[in-house]
Amino acid sequence: MNRVVITGAGTINALGHTVPETLHAMREGHLGIGPLQMRDLDRLSVKIGAQIKNFDPESYFDRQKLALCDRVTQLTLLASREAMLQSGLEITEEQSETTGVVFGTAAGGMNTWDDNFRSVYEEGKNRVHPFVVPKLMTNAAASHVSMVYNIKGPSLTVSTACASSNHAIGLAFQMVRSGMARAMLAGGADAMLTFGGIKAWEGLRVMSKTACRPFSANRSGMVQGEGAGVFVLETYEGAKARGAEILAEIVGFAMTSDASDIVMPNQQGAARAIRGALADACLSPQDIGYINAHGTGTAANDKTECAAVAEAFGAHADRVMMSSTKSMHGHLIGGTGAVELLACLMALREGVIAPTIGYEHPDPNCALDVVPNVARQAKVTATMSNAFAFGGLNAVLALRAV
Amino acid sequence: MSVKDNVIQIIAEQALLDAADVRLSATLEDLGIDSLGVVESIFAIEEEFDIEVPFNANAPAESEFDISSVSAIISAVESLVVEQT
Repeated sequence: MNRVVITGAGTINALGHTVPETLHAMREGHLGIGPLQMRDLDRLSVKIGAQIKNFDPESYFDRQKLALCDRVTQLTLLASREAMLQSGLEITEEQSETTGVVFGTAAGGMNTWDDNFRSVYEEGKNRVHPFVVPKLMTNAAASHVSMVYNIKGPSLTVSTACASSNHAIGLAFQMVRSGMARAMLAGGADAMLTFGGIKAWEGLRVMSKTACRPFSANRSGMVQGEGAGVFVLETYEGAKARGAEILAEIVGFAMTSDASDIVMPNQQGAARAIRGALADACLSPQDIGYINAHGTGTAANDKTECAAVAEAFGAHADRVMMSSTKSMHGHLIGGTGAVELLACLMALREGVIAPTIGYEHPDPNCALDVVPNVARQAKVTATMSNAFAFGGLNAVLALRAV
Repeated sequence: MSVKDNVIQIIAEQALLDAADVRLSATLEDLGIDSLGVVESIFAIEEEFDIEVPFNANAPAESEFDISSVSAIISAVESLVVEQT
């Protein structure tokens, strides 16, 4: 079995247009959530979100590309470019067939759905642009990235709601580890901050109208974000041989299904995924110094997640640091695990633990060290990233410093 | 603008050319317009003239709408404009 390492990372999200900008914001505890700017805002009851600021697609893409790429694909292409540049991975014709792409997204081309439903239903138009299907299909981002980098191996999109990115990265990890692929681009994206996308979440009555305050006793729900995160995964030997900088090693992955409820999280399913990732990584709970929590800021998730960590970690649960960076970049839905993995890289590489901002009052149901409000210096050699999706599909990754 | 000039403008935009460089005898393939580009051009023509163009991308040659050259497209659009408006 191959050891699998990360040699490149890229992102664009409400905290920044690059990884360095995003990590700087996480270190400083910046808030990426603010008043939404979009049409028909007066018809929304949720008026806050973590939108990407100062993003001008036309400065990155020509007209032909824009005609074919939904916002979610644009964001993925930008994050992929940053990851590939950092990695320096070359994909020759010979290597092309053993390189692949696995991305996660919950909604895919939501902006395209939204705009075109509006045009045929509200405006009564009888004709839509011919590229609606290639723009909205959930595999569009993976396909465009495969075309840009001449990637001809196994490529696919996975869709497991809020765990999509973790499932994508975990599958890519397994593909490189097993030798099925020599290198993979993996991550995820969502761009659901559209009128229809927000209306859908509003309907569920789990959205906060004020702030995302994970683990805080006065938390009031989740806040939607948008963006993409992409990583270059390859074998340890391959990275060493070409002298690439290794950002971290992926050592474990586990996925479980709750088989219980379509929206309510389940402590046993989450704990099984955490224990599974530890076992896959051959790590003990005390090896893990930091957990990037799923930490949505809903009453149900945060309580259940803390109980699951306590169950899986035993006595070490009182010592491990666990923060939710969703307090800063919002919930990127299918893209969230990819952006959150950056906090794990920062912990391993820089010894900086990203905080849970907006934390005001301790909740006895969430009595773990959630690194409230201010980042912390700490030496950490292994980290974990949790994702627990609607539908009870859980995916947990374990990383180690190299 | 005449139907002719308008169609040439739409094709030129799709081919990323100046309208002056779009020869009437050229095929869309000559101009570097691929199959998606053809479909996009037809969409633009429908939007511009508010007409329905009978075109099936599965079998372009069998469609009633003749796209064999720029001049063929112009005549086809001229007839459709007369029939449909």
